[in-house]
Amino acid sequence: MDNIAGSKSSLGWAVNLSVLVLVLVWLFPTVGLFVSSFRTADQISGSGWWQSLFPQEQNLTLRTDELDKAVLKDGLYVLDGDLFNGQKGGKISHWGISSRAIDAYKPGETAELNNGAKLTVQADGKYHLTSTDQMSGRGQRTFVTATTPPEFTLGNYNTVLFSGNATDSMLKAFFNTLTVTIPATIIPIVVAAFAAYALAWMDFRGRALLIAAIVGLLVVPLQLALIPLLRFHLAVGIGKGYLGVWLAHTGFGLPLAIYLLRNYMVGLPRDIIENAKVDGATDFQIFTKIILPLSFPALASFAIFQFLWTWNDLLVAKVFLIDSTGQTTVMTNQIVELLGTRGGNWEILATAAFVSIAVPLMVFFAMQKYLVRGLLAGSVK
Amino acid sequence: MNPALQGLITIIVGVGGCLGYFYFSNVVLDKVIFPAKGEHAGRNINRANLVRPWLFLLPAICALGLYLAYPVVETLRLSLSEQVPGGYRFVGLANYQRMFGEPKFWEALSNNMLWLIVVPASATGFGLLAAQLTDRIRWGQLAKSLIFMPMAISFVGASVIFKLVYDTRPVGTNQIGVLNAVWLEFHGGWGSFLFLKLLPAIILVGFAAIVAYIGWLMLRPWLRRGERKVPPLVAPLRVLAALVAAWFVWLSLSNAVAIFSFKFPYGEPGNWLTIPFWNNFFLMVVLIWIQTGFAMVILSAALRGIPEETIEAAIVDGANPLQIFFSIKVPQILGTIVVVWTTITLVVLKVFDIVFAMTNGQWNTQVLANYMFDKLFRANDVGVGSASAMVIMVLVTPILAWNVYNARKEMR
Repeated sequence: MDNIAGSKSSLGWAVNLSVLVLVLVWLFPTVGLFVSSFRTADQISGSGWWQSLFPQEQNLTLRTDELDKAVLKDGLYVLDGDLFNGQKGGKISHWGISSRAIDAYKPGETAELNNGAKLTVQADGKYHLTSTDQMSGRGQRTFVTATTPPEFTLGNYNTVLFSGNATDSMLKAFFNTLTVTIPATIIPIVVAAFAAYALAWMDFRGRALLIAAIVGLLVVPLQLALIPLLRFHLAVGIGKGYLGVWLAHTGFGLPLAIYLLRNYMVGLPRDIIENAKVDGATDFQIFTKIILPLSFPALASFAIFQFLWTWNDLLVAKVFLIDSTGQTTVMTNQIVELLGTRGGNWEILATAAFVSIAVPLMVFFAMQKYLVRGLLAGSVK
Repeated sequence: MNPALQGLITIIVGVGGCLGYFYFSNVVLDKVIFPAKGEHAGRNINRANLVRPWLFLLPAICALGLYLAYPVVETLRLSLSEQVPGGYRFVGLANYQRMFGEPKFWEALSNNMLWLIVVPASATGFGLLAAQLTDRIRWGQLAKSLIFMPMAISFVGASVIFKLVYDTRPVGTNQIGVLNAVWLEFHGGWGSFLFLKLLPAIILVGFAAIVAYIGWLMLRPWLRRGERKVPPLVAPLRVLAALVAAWFVWLSLSNAVAIFSFKFPYGEPGNWLTIPFWNNFFLMVVLIWIQTGFAMVILSAALRGIPEETIEAAIVDGANPLQIFFSIKVPQILGTIVVVWTTITLVVLKVFDIVFAMTNGQWNTQVLANYMFDKLFRANDVGVGSASAMVIMVLVTPILAWNVYNARKEMR
């Protein structure tokens, strides 16, 4: 702003730098979640996500193959194999055979086990186990300190979306959320549009009072509505379910919808409407043929608000939708439950959270213009 | 039935029903009840036009009445009664008395007050800063949309994001939470002194200075001669605001001094969400992170609406950038700042998901909305639950009255 008036700010670089810092701070948490959702469980717990592009040093506990598989060769029972089982496991810097001395040996050195067998481990994970006697039992436990390369995977998304595991699966919750969201976005728009038209362009007694009432209802906390409405739903037989949650979202979204749409419709040019009236159009025709198409930006603004709000909602769904069977759980609720049952499993949590965030983010970036416009119309007068 | 199919049917029935209702009720009104022909054509048209607004409004009024107005009354009634077999019995204020006797309620109320001060102030402050800075650079639009982005993220999603930030691992293992990774870089040397003592102290002193300035503004009419007189109704409010400001100045200055003698437990990873009192701030960060974008977008539009002449005149008169910002710009957008502040205040009063998902009110982080949910759906105590909902309603009422007053003023 100051630049316009002619004095170029000398602190341009400082402004750029501070905005950069601000943006990075604001992005950092989300990027962390995003990156974590592509890492394996071992990688996540091994190092911070900001180090995910670098190799990391990990302490792993691995086993050789089952000892029965050793083959007799020149009088010795020999077992050869790969501690990493053929996967890319990285480079071993130290290893050991006891949990008290996990870095007792270097790659290539040979350790003598309790039963007299000799184990040699190479840097790439290849091992060579020899014994004079027949061995049996589970594979020999080895502790290795390995430098593993960065690893990214889509496996978490596969688990969360397609595994079919009831506690982890988000697929069903995703469709449930979608089922809640779409009718809950469309129906209030229709109801509100007619009411807004009446409040904006029809003259009748009590109009000012109604508008004031709607402004008042705009801020009534929906917490108050929970118990009375749940009782009402149970009494009339709607119960807990989709119909209840659609009605609730419609009711709670209406004040904002009417307010936004009315403010927008009032600003439409009076001439058009009066001309149409002179030409003999009815109010219904004026509304559907003229007002609705012209109000598209306001309709879009509200639709985005309502979509984001219903998609992200937890409280209304918990009260009006989710019953004890849990069949109708939504994503937000599923994530809260995962936080309880899978508190430490960041690969599952991060992926589940990102699945639920992805759709609103896409809507946000695609329709940001309307969102901003709606915000400005809704709060600045 | 498949819920998706059910949803589709509901959309069709809902939308079709609405449109059908509007269409046919209009037809019935114009053709059957008040036909615009015959001997009373003129009178009938007038009458039809008298009724028509109510046809358009009816569904909305029904929904608003049932889903917002009726619950307020019903909650009030429930908060004054007690469940007995077969119905309800009026018990007066017994539920409120019971609620006031619970330490958890007072914890929730005081935490909510803390939220009410910190979150709107920080979000508006950061938003103003971001708006002012991004308006002056070339990639400001991109920066804005990135800071605005958290608006689209659910409170639950944001809670997961920040749980990862606050994650704690035992000593000796790699920390995967950013906060602990940064914290463990401090060992009590010069860097620690600079960032953990000097910097917070400077911020506190700066905050104290701003608050002191506001307090001075409140008292200015009495301290300076020649200023216009204060209306008697506002005078006590101004004095009260000045006293609150003085208290804040005292708090922040004493803390700024205290921080130098505070011993930080260097080298121990912090369990951030379990530190009483301070964990509230770690929860607030989540909401501030979400709401700053909102404040920025609105304030940036307001800043752009400031007439350029006022700024040019100030530059000609030799004002420095800080003076321009605080004496020219801020007073002109004060109305918008108030709107942003109250909007965020409303969000804060209803904050539920963040506390529910991150701590569920443990470790002294309870807030009113979560307390209410606890009472209603875990303890099944409808009386106290409704009473706490009424407390939220009472806290919202001043804003409600202010909004209605403004709306009416504007309509005239």
